[in-house]
Amino acid sequence: MKKIFSALFLLAGAITILSTAAPGCKAKPKDANIKTSIEAALKSDPQTSGLSVDVKEGVATVTGEVKDASVQATVATIVGGIKGVKSVLNNVTVTPPVVITPDDPLTMAVKDATKDFTGITATVKDGIIYVTGELKSADWKKLKMALDGLKPKKVDAAGLKISK
Amino acid sequence: MQLKDKYKDLMDAAVASGVNNLQVREQDGVLYIDGEAPSGVVKDQLWETYNKLDPDFLSGDVVMNVNVSPSIPGTKVKVTTERSNLNIRKGPGTDQPIVGKAAHHEIVTLVSQSNDQWWLIRTNDGEEGYAYAQYLTPEPN
Repeated sequence: MKKIFSALFLLAGAITILSTAAPGCKAKPKDANIKTSIEAALKSDPQTSGLSVDVKEGVATVTGEVKDASVQATVATIVGGIKGVKSVLNNVTVTPPVVITPDDPLTMAVKDATKDFTGITATVKDGIIYVTGELKSADWKKLKMALDGLKPKKVDAAGLKISK
Repeated sequence: MQLKDKYKDLMDAAVASGVNNLQVREQDGVLYIDGEAPSGVVKDQLWETYNKLDPDFLSGDVVMNVNVSPSIPGTKVKVTTERSNLNIRKGPGTDQPIVGKAAHHEIVTLVSQSNDQWWLIRTNDGEEGYAYAQYLTPEPN
């Protein structure tokens, strides 16, 4: 009987210590630690590695750009699954990747666009339009406007000389 | 330097001038700017700004595809060639047969802008076909 009594006494003591200590020392991860865990999870996938996160009292706010809506939805699942995250504020926006015109139709379109410009040659390779030769500044502006409208990967004018 | 920093003035100008569906994307060292300008004047101003940030557009780090918002079919457009006549073709492409010509500074009717580069037009004589959009300028109403 004495043994049981002392055991009860110890238990009661332990409860008292725990309950008084609890407010000062919560057994849940700190915001900074949660942030680190989320960042590590997002970094592991190239589709989400560019995103940034901020955690305040367990609420995780994710910002940045992804390529489509499915990745955007995955972000909420991944972040929501991290220990200590109470809720997720998904501020991630969807930006579809740039669509580049394939070389064959691009070559045709470049031929149309450059038809009336003399003194230059334009070739297409891997989506890049290479312009070489010499053009007046005003004509080059007109041509560059037209070429940019053909959705190339880039317009390379390293071989172009501009005359006044 | 990040391209979005280098071309910040251009981005700001696009937003301030009311470019619709504006999309600015950086991919493989090129900044892609897409959208619809409310007028040809706005488009010209954007190209002026671009020219200031990258004189004569020689860096090759921007592809700016900002079109002027499509006009309503039936709109009058002017043939703005240097001085020559404008070929009207059967289909969209310089490989297509020429079916007519529109004179320099002639006013024609816009039928369709379904193709960005080649607009379907009709002359006052009733000739209809595709002409290169670069040489067509919508007339102010």
